[in-house]
Amino acid sequence: MINKQVASAAEAVADVFDGAVIMVSGFGEAGSPIELIHALIDQGSRDLTIVSNNCGSGEVGLAALLKAERVSKVVCSFPRTANSTVFPDLYRSGKTKLELVPQGTLAERIRAGGAGIPAFYTPSAVGTPLAEGKETREFDGNTFVLEHGLRADFSLIKGRSADTHGNILYNKTARNFGPPMAMAGKISIVQVERVVEPGELDPETVVTPGIFVDRVVGVPSPAHESELVAAGATYP
Amino acid sequence: MNQQSTQIGRTREQMAQRLALDIPDGSYVNLGIGIPELVAKFVPDGRELIYHTENGLLGMGPSPEEGQGDHELINAGKRQVTAIAGASYFHHADSFAMIRGGHIDLCVLGALQIAQNGDLANWSTGEPDAIPAVGGAMDLCAGVKSVYVITQHCTKQGEPKLVESCTYPLTGLGVITRVYTDLAVIEVTPAGFQLIELSPGIKFEYVKERTGAPLLPIPQHVAVK
Repeated sequence: MINKQVASAAEAVADVFDGAVIMVSGFGEAGSPIELIHALIDQGSRDLTIVSNNCGSGEVGLAALLKAERVSKVVCSFPRTANSTVFPDLYRSGKTKLELVPQGTLAERIRAGGAGIPAFYTPSAVGTPLAEGKETREFDGNTFVLEHGLRADFSLIKGRSADTHGNILYNKTARNFGPPMAMAGKISIVQVERVVEPGELDPETVVTPGIFVDRVVGVPSPAHESELVAAGATYP
Repeated sequence: MNQQSTQIGRTREQMAQRLALDIPDGSYVNLGIGIPELVAKFVPDGRELIYHTENGLLGMGPSPEEGQGDHELINAGKRQVTAIAGASYFHHADSFAMIRGGHIDLCVLGALQIAQNGDLANWSTGEPDAIPAVGGAMDLCAGVKSVYVITQHCTKQGEPKLVESCTYPLTGLGVITRVYTDLAVIEVTPAGFQLIELSPGIKFEYVKERTGAPLLPIPQHVAVK
């Protein structure tokens, strides 16, 4: 019997260990799995490496995990945010290291990692500080830089609907990093508003096939980061 | 000169509207953060343009009516947008395959500096205390067929943004072909910055003084129509 549904966000992240590499979906607040991140804060693991496009806003979700000093390194394309000083403070104090990656290179490193490709050549960042020290190679007279695939011990993802086989549908631009991160996580955990029985999702519309998903947890009314930030919310 | 007016040259909206006039019908266009976002409001009559936003939407429409938005339907600047009829959603690896793979016709970016050889610096001032953040700009420079810049001609401190060579860390090398500013429209050519249009009420000398590299005047065969 295949049933990937777990009872709670706490159960879904219970085995995250100190030093784990964790991918977190989302672009701004769209697709940020806030309830899974808050469960991870409660769970207590430390010295985490977070792979995510942004570093959260306010003092909820990813910003709250950072604020709790549980993250030793972030791999990120755009850590700056208008309404949060959490990451800038940690970065300037040296408590959290940053590996800055162009957004498309980040997405492709995640996709490659999940697809069994250890490294690839890309034109992005050639001739800029973000390619310094990296291997380059010419193809057809143009220069490309070698970038490595990324895997994670855990991926935390927000979808909209799932069946118990782990097939996932997303909501609009909240899809963003979810599908490649589901591929790249050794244990991929997806929170969704609605969990249904197999057969209820049209196979033609499934975005992430269940083979890439290990755990599904129902979060019927997920919080919106911007609303929490506007209300001055903090976590825990 | 112009002491009665607080606005010299084009406003941000007028700059965006002016740029939109130069986008060919049927183009797939990526819009960066800031003034580039405004371009989406000005599709010229009779043209159909498809706006791409890097976070996974082709067919980006204008901002939603108050209260009608979706927290998970946003643009690269993380502001709520709408999806037009015929839009599609996709994940980030596909979005950047569109960008890097040469499928997007044009992108419009903001700038800190543009060099006369078309180099762009727009992600970091390189100051030790600055939090570096690059987003998708380097991928856009690497893969989009044409890259235009829309920006104020000078910084808030009055420093030229169009320069002989960039002093800030680069985003892309030799990729910018057009620059739309509050003062002028300038083409980046093998000979350097070529003025092709002055904003209403702006004189050539005024732009030249505020440009940090040689500025070629409008060619006669263009000026005399």
